[in-house]
Amino acid sequence: MSILVYIRNIGGKIKKQSLELTSYANAMSQSTGIPVVGVVIGEIENSVLSELGKYGMSKVLKAGDAQFNNRVNRVYTRIVEQAALKLDAKYVLFPDNNQGKAIAPRLSVRLRAGFVPQVLDLPSSYEPLVVVKRAFTGKALATVEVKTERKIMSPMLNSFGLSESPAEIVIEDFTPDIDEPQSRLEIVDKKLDNDAVSLADAEIVVSGGRGLKSAENFNLLEKLSDTLGGAVACSRPVADDGWRPADEHVGQTGKVIAPNIYFAIGISGAIQHVAGVSGSKCIVAINADPEAPIFDVADYGMVGDALTIVPELNEAFKNHLSEK
Amino acid sequence: MRILVCISNVPDTTTKIKFTDSDSKLDDANIQWVINPWDELALSRAVELKEDAGSPVSEVEVITVGLAHTEPTLRKCLAIGADKAVRIDMEPLDAYQTAAQLDAYIKNEDFGFLVCGIESGDYNEAAVGGMLAERLDFVSVSSVSSIRFEGDTPIFQRDVANGKEELKVNGTAVLIVQKGFARVPKIPNMRGIMTARSKPLQIIKAVSKSPLVEFKTYNTPPARESVKMVDNSKELVERLSQEAKVI
Ligand SMILES: Cc1cc2nc3c(=O)[nH]c(=O)nc-3n(C[C@H](O)[C@H](O)[C@H](O)COP(=O)(O)OP(=O)(O)OC[C@H]3O[C@@H](n4cnc5c(N)ncnc54)[C@H](O)[C@@H]3O)c2cc1C
Ligand SMILES: Nc1ncnc2c1ncn2[C@@H]1O[C@H](COP(=O)(O)O)[C@@H](O)[C@H]1O
Repeated sequence: MSILVYIRNIGGKIKKQSLELTSYANAMSQSTGIPVVGVVIGEIENSVLSELGKYGMSKVLKAGDAQFNNRVNRVYTRIVEQAALKLDAKYVLFPDNNQGKAIAPRLSVRLRAGFVPQVLDLPSSYEPLVVVKRAFTGKALATVEVKTERKIMSPMLNSFGLSESPAEIVIEDFTPDIDEPQSRLEIVDKKLDNDAVSLADAEIVVSGGRGLKSAENFNLLEKLSDTLGGAVACSRPVADDGWRPADEHVGQTGKVIAPNIYFAIGISGAIQHVAGVSGSKCIVAINADPEAPIFDVADYGMVGDALTIVPELNEAFKNHLSEK
Repeated sequence: MRILVCISNVPDTTTKIKFTDSDSKLDDANIQWVINPWDELALSRAVELKEDAGSPVSEVEVITVGLAHTEPTLRKCLAIGADKAVRIDMEPLDAYQTAAQLDAYIKNEDFGFLVCGIESGDYNEAAVGGMLAERLDFVSVSSVSSIRFEGDTPIFQRDVANGKEELKVNGTAVLIVQKGFARVPKIPNMRGIMTARSKPLQIIKAVSKSPLVEFKTYNTPPARESVKMVDNSKELVERLSQEAKVI
């Protein structure tokens, strides 16, 4: 039996989210005695994967053939399915991000395994499996019981942190039996920017609203975001007015994100905006109006003019990071 | 080309949420029901495609799995511009059951592609689209941000970790969409509202299928600690680093 962790391969690298997910699995392992194993798809060096051992993973199946480098959800699902059957996975864990959202539901159907996304904590019970998940766009928590023999979960990232627990790790080449690798999906064009941090993956998001006053002033946020290695986001009116691209808009009708730190700068904090960011670990609000509703949901707040605070804050972070 | 948009009927984001029956059920007494915002954007774009003379989309259908209280939402979809609505008559208990019902209908129909929202505003599963694609053995394309046509072939654009990709699918695809697919929801006009009354709303019996997970109880999240106000940037950086330990 095993707890199987889906390790996301980002062009030959793994991110902190995979280490966090492994830490989560390892905490489950301490309660259940079931070992933590992983599966990774596409070309990636073994030396990169061995870092997972530090967080308690004992084995990784690597479907490392280059033909699998492009994600085809249907094919990736079958690879994870075969790994799950080979390692007799009782639990399969995915990160709660685009890849997890794309593959986990498909796997749920194939394995007839109950799937719980947006899990907020470790299980409160294992037999039966009971977990708490986010519901009603963050306005409620639901307690859910999984009825099936195998179970799939996607914990919300940033909720658990990393915990080291060194283990001997074995990396095994895995050759899945796939009938049509590129199948029915043909990539006709790619616009990739390997340096850009995607909003969905960013650990730090610097977000601006109408309080920034103009499209030009967003370069202050870009500078802060560069200093922090984060990504820029915005409120809906900012995207609607064309100050920022539509895919940066977060909220009820935009992206749903859960970074480590969310800076809400010149954003009033309308409920539709908050619906997209309430999963963030720490919300920092900067607003000229001390009564702005964003302060009801923020962890830290500063009252004042964003156009003067943001450059100061950028300098303060630069100093802090150079001292580290 | 006929396309299908899957519609989830959810409480409006601004509605206060309460629970009854020992916190096992949503108290629907004062709920304002709306089209799930992502589904509304998906439908808006679908209707735009139909109205665009250059696109091959000729018919837009919407479907929901839900009881009679979801009908006003379906009528609104018709007013926005859908040509036909289908309601599968059951209260689904989990995403798996919902996908099974949709599958039972769709497998006997012929659609150019299907569209689901990224997540519903009630259970927040982000699961129905993927489950449906697997049941039908269709390609699923997630994080779809736009769509265009080359002749009759749709070209989908999706967001990936470090950029965007454009792709073609051989066969039917299930698109899972978020913002960008349409910028703003389409507001029904008077004519739309009038014609919606006479458009077909078909009610179908549910197939029997058990759920895989059980939603047992709900509660409200613990109140966030109240905000800590800081005076200057230096103090903010220090507290984020030493107190919150996030940097
Ligand atoms: C169905 C529906 C869906 C929606 N979906 C979304 C969504 O997904 N995402 C979203 O963001 N919104 C959404 N909205 C819109 C939402 O209700 C708000 O209108 C929007 O979030 C407000 O954006 P804002 O905070 O940037 O602007 P405003 O509300 O105009 O707020 C600007 C803020 O900036 C502050 N400010 C002004 N000057 C300064 C300064 N110099 N320095 C610092 N602060 C300053 C002001 O005090 C104010 O708090 C939706 C609305 C509806 C009805
Ligand atoms: N009851 C339902 N009937 C029809 N479609 C649904 C239903 N529930 C969810 N969907 C679709 O699946 C998407 C994702 O919902 P969910 O998996 O519940 O988060 C929604 O945006 C809808 O497109």
